[in-house]
Parts: sequence; C-alpha cells; structure tokens
Amino acid sequence: MDAIQQAFVVESQELLQQMEDNLLQMEEGQGDPDTINAIFRAVHTIKGSAGVIECTFVVGFAHVLENVLDKMRAGEIQPSTGLVELLLACTDHLRTLVGCVEGEATPDEETAKASHDLRQKLQGFLGVPPVTAGKTMPTEAESEVQASGGGMMETDNWHISLRFGRDVLRKGMDPASFIRYLMELGEIINLTTLPDALPDASEMDPESCYLGFEISYKSDADKARIESVFDFVRDDCIVHIWPPHSRLADFIAAIEQLPEDTMRLGEILVKCGALTPKELELALSAQLAASASVLEASGNEAQASPAAHPRLGEVLVNQGAVAPEVVEAAAVKQVKVAEKKSLEARLIRVQAEKLDQLIDLVGELVIAGASANLLAQRSGEEALVEATSVMSRLVEEIRNSALQLRMVQIGETFQRFQRVVRDTSKELGKEIDLVISGGEAELDKSVVEKIGDPLMHLVRNAIDHGIELPEVRVASGKPPRGTLKFNAYHESNSIVIEIIDDGAGLNKEKIIRKARERGIISESQTLGDSEIYALIFEPGFSTAEKVTNLSGRGVGLDVVKRNITALRGNVEVESQLGQGSTFRIRLPLTLAIIDGFLVGVGKSTYVIPLDSVVECLELTAEDRAIAGRNNYINLRGEVLPFLRLRDQFEIADPGGKRENIVVVEYAGQKVGLVVDELRGEFQTVIKPLSSIFRNIKGIGGSTILGTGEVALILDVQSLVTFVSSQQFRRDKTELVRV
Amino acid sequence: MAKNDAGVRRLVIEEDMTIYTAKAQKELLLNALGDSEELDLDLSQVGEMDTAGFQLLLLIKREAGKAGKKVCLSAHSKAVTEMLDLYNMAAFFGDPMVIPAEKHTSRR
Repeated sequence: MDAIQQAFVVESQELLQQMEDNLLQMEEGQGDPDTINAIFRAVHTIKGSAGVIECTFVVGFAHVLENVLDKMRAGEIQPSTGLVELLLACTDHLRTLVGCVEGEATPDEETAKASHDLRQKLQGFLGVPPVTAGKTMPTEAESEVQASGGGMMETDNWHISLRFGRDVLRKGMDPASFIRYLMELGEIINLTTLPDALPDASEMDPESCYLGFEISYKSDADKARIESVFDFVRDDCIVHIWPPHSRLADFIAAIEQLPEDTMRLGEILVKCGALTPKELELALSAQLAASASVLEASGNEAQASPAAHPRLGEVLVNQGAVAPEVVEAAAVKQVKVAEKKSLEARLIRVQAEKLDQLIDLVGELVIAGASANLLAQRSGEEALVEATSVMSRLVEEIRNSALQLRMVQIGETFQRFQRVVRDTSKELGKEIDLVISGGEAELDKSVVEKIGDPLMHLVRNAIDHGIELPEVRVASGKPPRGTLKFNAYHESNSIVIEIIDDGAGLNKEKIIRKARERGIISESQTLGDSEIYALIFEPGFSTAEKVTNLSGRGVGLDVVKRNITALRGNVEVESQLGQGSTFRIRLPLTLAIIDGFLVGVGKSTYVIPLDSVVECLELTAEDRAIAGRNNYINLRGEVLPFLRLRDQFEIADPGGKRENIVVVEYAGQKVGLVVDELRGEFQTVIKPLSSIFRNIKGIGGSTILGTGEVALILDVQSLVTFVSSQQFRRDKTELVRV
Repeated sequence: MAKNDAGVRRLVIEEDMTIYTAKAQKELLLNALGDSEELDLDLSQVGEMDTAGFQLLLLIKREAGKAGKKVCLSAHSKAVTEMLDLYNMAAFFGDPMVIPAEKHTSRR
C-alpha cells in the first residue's frame, strides 16, 4: 500500500467515524441541517479521495449514497428511522470497502452483493426524479424546442465526447479510471481513442495528457449521474454528453467546438455508431451552411424519424436538472478545501514508526545521560556535576514530551461504543443509555489500540448478561432504561477504565455452582467475594443460561483477561446482586519508559517502578525476630506480608546485616519487598526480555544502568499476586490447624 | 537488450509504465528507436500501466511510422493488455496478443 492509499484509509476511517456519530445524533432527533451537511461532506470527501486513488468500488458506492444525502440536504427526503438505519448500514459497508483498500484486496462476492443490495435500497429512497415540467425547464430551452422542431440522432445509445486537459495526469487523475467508472454505470458499446492531439516527439511532454475519446454508451443512469463521473475533471476536461436520441443540431454544434477536424471526427462518430452516415452528411452540410440552414436540415431529419419526438421533453428536463447540482458540487468542494486547510494547521499526521523511533532514541538518551551523570559525580567536579544535572532535567522533559506525543485521549475509543450499544441493545429489545465520563484521560496509543477488543467483550457482556429487559427492570423496581457507564481516571501511573452497568449483577451462588460443575474449584473450597467474581475470567466459564448471538459461548472473559494481562494490566469485578456490576480495568500508561527505584540485593541491582513504591523502611532486627518464618510484619497496626528478593531470585551472596523493606502497592494491596540496599530513583527505559525469560515470575523487563550494568525490572503486579496468594494459602492452612 | 544482424533491436521494459517513469522512458524509447531499424518492445515486465505509459506507446509507434521504421509490441503483460483493451487500441498496434488461458477480460 503506498502513501496515498494509506492516507486515504486513515482519512476515511476518521470520516466514517464522524459520520456514524452524526447519524447517531440524528437518530436522537438532533438532525439539524449542519449534521446532515457534515454527513454529506464526509461521504463526498471519501468519494473524492477514492477517485484519486482509483478505487472504483468505493467511488461507485459512495456516489449513490451521496445522491441520497444530497436529497436529504435539500429537504426532499426526510430522515426517518428506516433511512438512518440504512445509512448506518451504508457507513458499515463503506468501512468494509475501505478495509478492502487497506488489505489491498478487491471486494469478495459477498461484499459486492452487499454493495448491490444497499445501492438498491438507496435507489428506493431516491425514487424516480419528479418530472415537474414547468419548474425545472428553463423557458429558453422551451422556445428552442419550438424553433428547432427536433432532428434527432437515430441511435438509442448515449454518446460521450471527452477531451482531457494537458494537466490531468499531473494532477494524479487518469482518464482510464474515469472510463472504468463509466463501465460500472453502464455498458460501453464502442470506444474510440483519439491520439490526434499527440504532438511530435520533440514537443511531447510525457507527463501531459493528449488523448480524447468518443464513447458510445448504454446506461439506465440519468444525465446527471453520468456527468458526475467526470466531477473531478470538470475543470480540466471537455465533456459532452448526449442522451439517446439527442437533437442533432446540438450535437453538431458541439462537435464543431472540438479541436479535431470535423471531417475526421465525423468519420469516427460514424464508426462508433453515434451517427449514421446520413446524419454525418447533414452535419457536414451544416458546417458549410449558416445556422439557419442547420435548423432546416434537422427539420428534414425530423421527418426521417418522427417516432422519436416525445422523448425530447424528457431529455431537456434532464439537462435542466443538471445545472444546480453542478453548482452545488463545486461549492461543496470549496468548503471542503477550506476546512481541510484549517484542520491541517492544527494536526500533523506522523507515521507511528517515526514516533517509535524517537521514543527509542530518547530512551538511549536517558541511559547515556544517566551514565554521564554518574561519571560527573565520581569526578567530583562541581561545574561538571551542575552541567550534567541541568542536562538530566532537560532529558527528563524531552522524555515526557516525547511520551506525550504518543498519548491519546480515551474518549474517542469510548465514543465508538455508542453504536455498539445502540445496535446490540436494539437487537435484544433492551433500552440502554451509554454515559461517558473521564474521556479526557490519556494513555499510550499502543495501549489504546489493544484495549478495543477487551472493552468490546465487556460491553457486550454487560448488555447481554448485565442489563435486564425493560419489563424485568420495572418488575424489580428499576427504571425501564438501563444505564451503561464508561469511566476513566488516572491512578498512580495507571489508567483505570470502568464499565459500570445497573443491571442484574453477578449471582455468586450461580458462579460457584457453575465453577464446581466445570471442576474449576473443588467442592470444599470456600472463597471470598472477589475470588468468586474472578472465576468468571476462567477459561470455559459462562453463566448464561442460553447462548445468544452476542456472548455466552464461553469464549470471552478469559480472553479479555489474557489480553489485559498482556498489557501489564489487570481486570477486576465488583458486583451487587440486583444493583449492577463494575468491571475495572487497570492499565499502565505507557509501555516504554518508567521512573524506577533502584535497589540492590547482594551484587545485583533491581528496578522497582517508582509509582508502585509507597514507602521504604528499615527491617529492624526486632521486626525480623517477630516475623520469624512467617514473613509478615506489623506496619502501623496493619499486617504487611513481605518477600525476600534474595530468596525469590535465589541469590547466593549472604549480604550485609542491614535489610530494608520497600513497600509496594498494586490494586490496593500492599506488599513489602526485602532488599539490602536502597539506591535511589532512576529513569528507566524498558527493554523487553527475550522470550526464553518469559516464564520467570516477577521480572517485567530489563534496563541498562549508567555504569553499563544490566538491571532487571521487577514486575510488581505478579510479585504482589504471588505474595498475597501465598499469604492466603498459609492463612488457610493455619485455620485448618486451629 | 540485444541487437541482431538484421537491425532488429529487442528492448525489455523492465519497470512499470506510469507517469512516474514516463519522462525517462520517453528518452529510452526514442533513443532505442533512433539506432535501430526495427524495435521489438518486450512488455512482459510492465506490472502497471497508466495513460501516460499508454501515450508513450502511441508516440513511439507513430514516430516509427514517420521514419519508416517498425515497432512491435510483444509479450504484453496483463496490465498492458488491459490498457489496450480499455482504450480499444489493440488493433491500432496490430501486434499479436496472447490471450491468457483464464477468463479473458475483454470489454463488455
């Protein structure tokens, strides 16, 4: 996929998103003209860009859609539920088509069929253009009819004359794509390429276009539609379109304006079937005679084919109807250009790879800076120390702003679910409002991209299993409309995303029963609330009584958990039977750089993410004596379980006499990590560990210190989970012993 | 690129024939025509052809005619065949085209 196509895909996806939002607004009765205009412009822009990359299947589809929207804009079609539904379906379909471009594939049969079906439906809304004679027909044309009588061409095909401008190719448009597009609207009976304008080799500019075409064309489309094929080259191309049985006089007058020799052109037209030899003869005599005799000649012609008379009015209506649309299309184009310019000023599109590269470099800079800092301190030269400390401050700022570049607000991701909620709730006959808060919370783009699927699962789960049908809700004393709430906020270097429903809540007994059936827990096991709720994330677990379209197939929540864990995050559930459930996802803000806290155990150095550190204290001999082999201490009246890193990582070095505890917290749980030395704060670039180390518990990555040594970064989440599960086990065994 | 005794020169176009390459290809083609009596253009490597590329073929064919020389197109790639079909110009060049065994995508 080249750069233009890529830009097209990105732009279209954004526009489609806007379009969908607008349509949803419209459905809620806020269909003001601005909204309709915005939708129209989105489709128009997509069509235009698709034309540039010669993506005919998008152009073709967008075109019909645009026609309907245009009628809506003009107030000729009123928005209705059915229409909005159809337009949403069209939005989805366009998305599929754009997906085809992204995948560099042509639409498969199924998609093509969907295209066709939707087009048919759209055509249904378009209906037959009303033939309101007096209104659309210019009076001037009317008088012309009377004057010229109506010599008509005998052929029942359209005829299209094209002379492309010199700059067409340079502007990125290819005549071939317009002809291909024509082939979508109808059938090309004959096409003659006119190379006559091609100059001598020395003068010929290979980037200019010199071609002209005469096309005999069969189509049910009206003139406006055929003409719209050439919307994009209107300024650079002489286009003449004659409907079947056009007036000969018009035709000939136009031919005379074309650059080629009339004689030669006449032959071509006869060849391609637009004119009969007899008509040509008339044309040639017309060229010689004054315009008065043209009328006479065509009058003769009229006698030759009197049967064709009645169609003339129709033709003129068509012609009359063209003009306002053309003007409007041009106006829209201007507005579009202006809008785009202002947008460009505010946003710059940057390739994600370039950003990644920048972050990588900043990472290296952080390491190099740390090294310089260390050396400066060793040298003891004050000026040098000062200089490096200024530099480290700057590096830190650069790091922050570099990371900021990758940050995006979560709100956009949330907004996308408006549609999901609307569609799924409708499908299930439920009434659900989606309430979004905290949309301005930011997180790393790479995290946002990966969080979409898990969120989707949770939302569907909440709609399907959580929120009840309106009758059920009323029966249990709740308002018939359910509420699904998205909330996001920052909490110590993590972002917390909550999905809250006011539905039925989780049924603990049912979960336990199911878990026992499935053998996930044993009969004798007793569990706390949060552990019971955590069971729903076990593979193969589903409490849904019936399998629906949406969820309940037993795949889902375990996948959700796995995906979130892969992002170094976690998910938990809170629930009140009958009141609703809250799914809480906690994710790290970024995956690349963290502030670390250096600790030493024996000769090794470890990094603890600073944001998870709560406090540091000395593990006194007294504490040690009390703790004994139990591994927990009394921290201001609280039980604090701790873990000796020396034991955990099996470090042989016995270490000094002093030991320190670093208290870390994850998801509300505090755990102490016992280390030898506290070495202070350190900015850390996370270097992923290769996959051989994947199975080592408690290590999240590695980093390089200023001295060049490698330090391992502790995975606080897994350590905390490990400690608390051990604690739990020990508690139970002790209970049993009692 | 090879030249045999009868002054027939065979030129393999090794890249796409589009607006991006048209300038260079115009020189290439005219030069090739300049020092041969008969030019045989092998188009098998042309993966993509647009109108600019097509115009070049028109140009070289016409220039050859003016100079009393001959230009043949051979081994048309799919892109070339499609272009000539679209513009209904296969007969103009008058070269035998190999119709692929699968469905021939001719104009309706």
